[in-house]
Amino acid sequence: MRYSGFRVIKEALTGHKGWRPAWREPDPQPNYDIVIVGGGGHGLATAYYLAKEFRQHRIAVIEKGWIGGGNVGRNTTIIRSNYMLDGNEPFYEFSLKLWEGLEQDFNYNAMVSQRGILNLIHSDAQRDAFIRRGNAMILNGADAELLSRDQVRREYPFLNFNDARFPIQGGLAQRRGGTVRHDAVAWGYARGADQRGVDIIQNCEVTGFRIENGKCMGVETSRGFIGAGKVGVAVAGNSSRVMAMAGMRLPIESHVLQAFVTEGLKPVLPGVITFGAGHFYCSQSDKGGLVFGGDIDGYNSYAQRGNLPVIEDVAEGGMALFPGLGRVRLLRVWGGIMDMSMDGSPIIDRTDIDGLYFNGGWCYGGFKATPASGWCFAHLLATDQPHPTATAYRFDRFERGYLIDEKGMGAQPNLH
Amino acid sequence: MIINHPLLGPCDAQEFVYKGDFRLIDRPDGMAESAEAAFFDYLYLRENPAGAHRELWFHEQGDRSWLVVTRNTVTHEITNVELARDVARSMGRSR
Repeated sequence: MRYSGFRVIKEALTGHKGWRPAWREPDPQPNYDIVIVGGGGHGLATAYYLAKEFRQHRIAVIEKGWIGGGNVGRNTTIIRSNYMLDGNEPFYEFSLKLWEGLEQDFNYNAMVSQRGILNLIHSDAQRDAFIRRGNAMILNGADAELLSRDQVRREYPFLNFNDARFPIQGGLAQRRGGTVRHDAVAWGYARGADQRGVDIIQNCEVTGFRIENGKCMGVETSRGFIGAGKVGVAVAGNSSRVMAMAGMRLPIESHVLQAFVTEGLKPVLPGVITFGAGHFYCSQSDKGGLVFGGDIDGYNSYAQRGNLPVIEDVAEGGMALFPGLGRVRLLRVWGGIMDMSMDGSPIIDRTDIDGLYFNGGWCYGGFKATPASGWCFAHLLATDQPHPTATAYRFDRFERGYLIDEKGMGAQPNLH
Repeated sequence: MIINHPLLGPCDAQEFVYKGDFRLIDRPDGMAESAEAAFFDYLYLRENPAGAHRELWFHEQGDRSWLVVTRNTVTHEITNVELARDVARSMGRSR
């Protein structure tokens, strides 16, 4: 069934009796060509592009819970491509271009809203750094625009320009950045993949890999053995746990990142803003709630909930930047588990085990990468070659010294 | 989280800086034949368990001691706190 305005009107006139489930609930087959472990945004996008762009058949996505129940349902929905380093920026720009055509491509309303993202500048040194980053973005085909203090004031008059310690001195804007309805991304990819014959198997937990003579033959699951020509793992915060079942140790620590949403307000915040002096980023959802976040809690965690000191820290950052927030009440706080890599950049690569592929280490920037991550992982699975924009995301870059460290923090995952 | 410091008693985790897996105590010998591989392992690879995790916390806003805290990464429950010095000694690293 194709969704369209005509379809909505037709269903409205006929009592909405014609809608069908957006995807099937198949039982697992004994064998597939490709099995994707993890039914989140990245796993579903991988299956979708494998079927649609790379013409692969007999694909399954295996999910231990329900699809889209992990980080794709727990993030702050921001899309952007404002990176600096060569290994990253072409990839994220590829992702942003895919976002721009995504809804037409998979025929699903993901509410992609290019309302712009603005990184605020609070010092001369930061302006220099942002100019450099903006130039790197432009060189890679992205858009970037340096705004003066007055230009920022015209667009966001309610910000605290005269903060004693961190006055706003300007900003780096990416007009094509914005927000997306995060759950709809998972659902849209799931529906698109399902329509192309991909089996999406929910409530099916992987309990082990069957590895014979250095080759992965398939996965052991809570619903029995599923054979596979190739297995792709895209399980975000659980990367270390899943890959440990294949005997691998990863350059990854799992950390908890909290996110927040306030009660619904009338439109106050036109785009996405980020505080350059603390760690605070905020946008307003279409329902009116201010969605914001800050730092990770900073210690290893699989708990999907954080602690109060970080909530206080984020709220202080918000108040320093946006004093009008003070009377707004928080509606919800939640945590997601981030697979924090050792250089702050992801991994999309083969493993030493034949037929086993890995996609992870997205830190707290995985949502914006969803389309390109899926596309590049599908490219790797289908052709055994990395996609041209993802050649730097190798496992061995740590051993060989080719780190992609945007923040220059070194091998300390809680600082990226 | 409250960390029960062996010398100072219960302290708020906010007073501490987190470093990571306690195996970071066991820095490899840089002069050894296999130093390159050992340092790759030491610097970059982690067990990252879901469950009990022994980890280093630095009491920056307190007595500036390093602690080895055993904490459950699923529940955040802290079950044991030792001075890192004692742990290092038991590993034969400190005199």
